[in-house]
Amino acid sequence: MSILVNKNSKVIVQGLTGKEGTFHARQCVAYGTKVVAGVTPGKGGESVDGIPVFNSVKEAKEKTGANVSMIFVPPRFAAAAIREATDAELDLVICITEGIPALDMLKTKQMLKKQNKTRLVGPNCPGVITPGECKIGIMPAHIHKKGKVGVISRSGTLTYEAVDQLTHLGLGQSTCIGIGGDPVIGTQFVDLLALFEKDPETEAIVMIGEIGGSAEEEAAEFIKKNVSKPVIGFIAGMTAPEGKRMGHAGAIIAGGKGTAKEKIAALKAAGVHISQSPADIGETVAKVLGR
Amino acid sequence: MKIHEYQAKEILSQYQVAVPLGKVAHTPEQAKSIAREVGGNLWVVKAQIHAGGRGKGGGVKLARSLEEVEEFARTMIGMTLVTYQTGPEGIKVNKVLIEKGHALDKEYYLALVLDRSAEKISVICSPEGGVSIEEVAKKTPEKIFKDTAETLEGFKPDQLKALAQKMGFSGDVQIQFQAIVAALYKTFVEKDASLLEINPLVSTKEGKLLALDAKINFDDNALYRHPEIETLRDFNEEDPKEVEASKFNLSYIHLDGNIGCMVNGAGLAMSTMDIIKLAGGEPANFLDVGGGATQEKVMEAFKLILSDKNVKAVMVNIFGGIMRCDIIARGILDAVKHVNINVPLVVRLEGTNVDEGRKILKDSGLKIISATTMKDAAQKAVRAIQ
Repeated sequence: MSILVNKNSKVIVQGLTGKEGTFHARQCVAYGTKVVAGVTPGKGGESVDGIPVFNSVKEAKEKTGANVSMIFVPPRFAAAAIREATDAELDLVICITEGIPALDMLKTKQMLKKQNKTRLVGPNCPGVITPGECKIGIMPAHIHKKGKVGVISRSGTLTYEAVDQLTHLGLGQSTCIGIGGDPVIGTQFVDLLALFEKDPETEAIVMIGEIGGSAEEEAAEFIKKNVSKPVIGFIAGMTAPEGKRMGHAGAIIAGGKGTAKEKIAALKAAGVHISQSPADIGETVAKVLGR
Repeated sequence: MKIHEYQAKEILSQYQVAVPLGKVAHTPEQAKSIAREVGGNLWVVKAQIHAGGRGKGGGVKLARSLEEVEEFARTMIGMTLVTYQTGPEGIKVNKVLIEKGHALDKEYYLALVLDRSAEKISVICSPEGGVSIEEVAKKTPEKIFKDTAETLEGFKPDQLKALAQKMGFSGDVQIQFQAIVAALYKTFVEKDASLLEINPLVSTKEGKLLALDAKINFDDNALYRHPEIETLRDFNEEDPKEVEASKFNLSYIHLDGNIGCMVNGAGLAMSTMDIIKLAGGEPANFLDVGGGATQEKVMEAFKLILSDKNVKAVMVNIFGGIMRCDIIARGILDAVKHVNINVPLVVRLEGTNVDEGRKILKDSGLKIISATTMKDAAQKAVRAIQ
């Protein structure tokens, strides 16, 4: 088992005909992911590496039976692409695109909240991978290994770092999800903590947060009440100054709120095992699992 | 993106929010003539910098004659203003705002923010204005009122009415307050703001509500649809290295330490700063070269890091995902050839094609301290400057 995606997931790539879309779709196919269609308005009838391109998500879904979409559409059109995939009632929409205006995402999020068919992961995220089964995103496949640790993270390369540490210690992963570095995102830590808690194949959960917002504090509250599996946490940005956006639009300490210190204190109080150093995430998991 | 108070007030007045009569001046003479134009016998001279807390640092003065306006403007223009938001080095004042003075009755706080947990736009207000809202939140949290716009249509009339009453407004002032909140909402949505703050909002002896100060931050991701806002950017207010970095699409933040960092990915870049600190060192910067770093970008990144005279060692931490380590290694070699690096260089490469990348660095004959993990790299960088 795993969460969100598995070997049966059938994937549409919105923006398949673009440079990024083509490149990453190829990587996903090479990993074994079933990429069944591409969507680019106006390019219906074309194909990329034999993958048929349609004009709309609705048509692509009808013709191929796809249930997941991966979005590489440029930022100014990406929110509309998410809404189109939601309208088509796909199960899961993974938006890789970085730089979507926050108000576009507010609007999109209000639409998503009114329905219960489609889940959004991202935007501005590396995607989702269930090692050995399916990769939907831009993460390097070779560092992953099938196993029983679930990984949730707001960051990209830092997730790779954590996964690499796990794999080197012989600890495989059930599913790894990058939730994205923007202020408004589709799926939060709490949503995935709930799914991992229910997944029989997941034994421990790694949660990688960063400064800004209050998602980690909300996760701490949730863990206290609902999560029985061990959670290992790391928060990036201990040394970040206030008022400066640290790369991600969402990683900013404002009005003294959203500091790493506050987040670590909240997680510790919820029984989360904190790795103080980004280099010790894997070892902390190993210790907790008694390996 | 941040803008100046006078620019924020110009935008607000386009949305019918009342602001004091005034104009920005670049010279003391100009300040005096603006004061004459504005009229009356009381003026406020306000230093225009992108930081709050100006009053305490001598950046806001009340003038009772045209001569005083000129004198205050002369002192302020060119001075380095230090406030709790500028850091100890302060910011140089290049212009001042001259405004008509008003007989004030009471000061209030009013702000609109993008509320991340509610995923909606929220209004925050308090009858305690003119001071830092964080202080009010700490001392008298019961005096802060908050409400959320349920849809992107904005606040409902009964929401605004309830809020105005909590603030203690009635009659005509209540109507003015409701109109201001509605106008701020419109500004927020139409201009893609991320923060809109009026502190203080004041009531005058004549029963008028005025935005005595104004701050607007904009969503960088939405600037493409607001060319008129982009022209308001004041490069004098930004760290020149950060401006240079933005030209090459590099995300760079200057810090006070002496170990320069070059990393791919924002989360890993923040963690690299953290691990340097854990190893007993101090990071000199945050620098994310991004996912698709080219040879040129790597070189520009090196130039930036080395233009900081405090830098005594450089730590490169790359986790190659889609980006191949051999390409990064070649970028580093290129940079080393073109930029004169005379401080120790510690390189940690991991990920796709790592063996080839490491070999390229090793065979180059360059004096590079190679590291296997990020912890190893941080420790080696700290040791290198001891």
